[in-house]
Order: sequence, then structure tokens, then C-alpha cells
Amino acid sequence: MTLEWIGDAVLLLVILPVVVYLLRGVLNAANDIVPSAQQIASAAAAGSRDLDATALLLTTQDQVQKTIVLAADYGGSLDVILDDAR
Amino acid sequence: MPAAGVVMIIAVLLIVLAVVYYLVSTIVALQRITNALDEAITGVVGIIEKSAPVEAVVTDINANLDAGVDLLEGLLVKKAGLSDAMGLVDGLYPGAAAEGLRNVPESKTVKAPRISEVYTKGTLTLARLGREAPIAAASPKGPALRNPAYGSTAARALYPEIRQGRPGSMPRSPIIGTDSPVQYVPSESPGLRKRMPVPAGASAATTPDQEQPEGGVVKSGLAFLRRLTKDD
Repeated sequence: MTLEWIGDAVLLLVILPVVVYLLRGVLNAANDIVPSAQQIASAAAAGSRDLDATALLLTTQDQVQKTIVLAADYGGSLDVILDDAR
Repeated sequence: MPAAGVVMIIAVLLIVLAVVYYLVSTIVALQRITNALDEAITGVVGIIEKSAPVEAVVTDINANLDAGVDLLEGLLVKKAGLSDAMGLVDGLYPGAAAEGLRNVPESKTVKAPRISEVYTKGTLTLARLGREAPIAAASPKGPALRNPAYGSTAARALYPEIRQGRPGSMPRSPIIGTDSPVQYVPSESPGLRKRMPVPAGASAATTPDQEQPEGGVVKSGLAFLRRLTKDD
């Protein structure tokens, strides 16, 4: 009978607090991760939205090519009509 | 049932309840983390997909711009000369001459002339003459050279007197072509003509002065040419 009471005391006074302590630590750690993961998700979504304009780079590339071609044409003409520096 | 047994059952139940509560809470938290990470992965994948062609496009843009810089720098140096080129660059972008041209390392040590000061004076003069130029009405360094709203003849002061003041004294525009009444002698030095054009059928012995109308413009031009020839 005495051993049973000792076992009860161990369960209630040792095992239960230890189990609660350990599980609470796990829960707190998991809860701490949640806002960080949500911030990462928000940042990734914002970064993805910011990169929506990268499609315009194709337009820029095309315009740059046309501009350089025009500049080369003008440069060639200027090279013909202007005398070189002495 | 003995009292100790009941207490033990209650203790075990408490432990099980605690385990269930905390494990369920942990599961819920982990599910929220999983959802957030799914969103993050979606965003990161979007970033990767959208940024994949950037390197090639930017590299191509840079290559084209490099070619343009090479072209313009080379043309500027070729036509203006290194010294004047650096003066022009420094006039447009003060301080830029110190950095020099990319393909001309010696451009950093060239003493650039202050071309911008000359251009600024001429630009101001033209701006004061401009019809819609704001500073024509209130020049920063003096009154407007003409009435900005109505005046239109003040600009003629910039050009030679005869052409603007007495345009009737100028010879008519030439008729060109193989059958034109006046045949021009090909000149190897444009701008300088050794002999004025001779009308078709006129005597070659006729002096150029006799061929011109009474206006003194051509005569003065020929006199200038003669003086120039003598100087040479």
C-alpha cells in the first residue's frame, strides 16, 4: 500500500511536471517559429511581386539594341561627313 | 478499489491529458508553419522563375551599351581630338574629364580646354534672341536683345550684313545640271573657288568681275579670294 502511494506521489509530483515542462518547451518553440515562417512567406511574395517588372527588361533590351544601331548609323554618317581631328 | 489505485488512475489521466493538450497545440503550430513555408516556397519559386532570364538579358544590354560607349568615345576622339573631346565632356558633365574615357587611358592626364564657357556664352545669346525663350524677356545678364513677342529681325544681327539686310543684292540660287546656263568648275577644295562660274557661251577671257551683276557682294567675295590667294 505504501509503495502505491509512493508511486502516486512520483507520478503527480515528478513525472507530470516533467512531461508538462518538456511538452510546453516544444510548443513554445513551435509557436516561436510561426511568425518567422509567416514573415518569410510575406517577404518571398513581395519579392516575387517586385520581379514582375523583369519582363520589361526584354523591352529595354530591344530598345537598347535599336538605340545602339541608330547611334552606329549616325556615327557612321558623321564619320563620313566630318573631317578627323588633326 | 483502494484509494491509492484511484489516485494513480487520476494521475495517469492527468499526464495523458497534458500530453494530449500540448501535442495537439504543437501539431496546430506545426501546421501553421507548414502553410507559411508553402507560401514562402511559392514566392521563392516565383522569384527563381522570374529572375532566370535576367542575367542573359542584362548581359546583352551591357554588351550593347559597351559597344555604344566604344563607338561614341572613339568617334568623339577621332573627330574632335583627345583634348577637345575631354573639354567637351567636361563641359557637359563637369568633373567627368577627370575620370577619362574608358578606352583611352591617356585621357585622364589630358588638360581639357574649357569649351563649356564658350558654348555657354553663345547659348545665352541665342536664348536671349529666342522667341519663346523665358530669359529673352528677362536676361540674367542684360536686357533682351529683341522684343520676345514681336521682334523677328534682331536675329539678323548675328549674320553677315549683306545676306540679311540686303538679300536682293545676293546672286540668285544657281541652276544645276549638265545643261545649266552656268557651268561650275569642280573644286578640290570646297569653300574656295579659284574661278567664279562662267555662263554657258560666255567668253573664257571675260574677267569674273564683269560677269557679276552690279551688286557688290560677289566682287567683294572675289577680292577676298584674291587676297587669300596672295596670302597663300
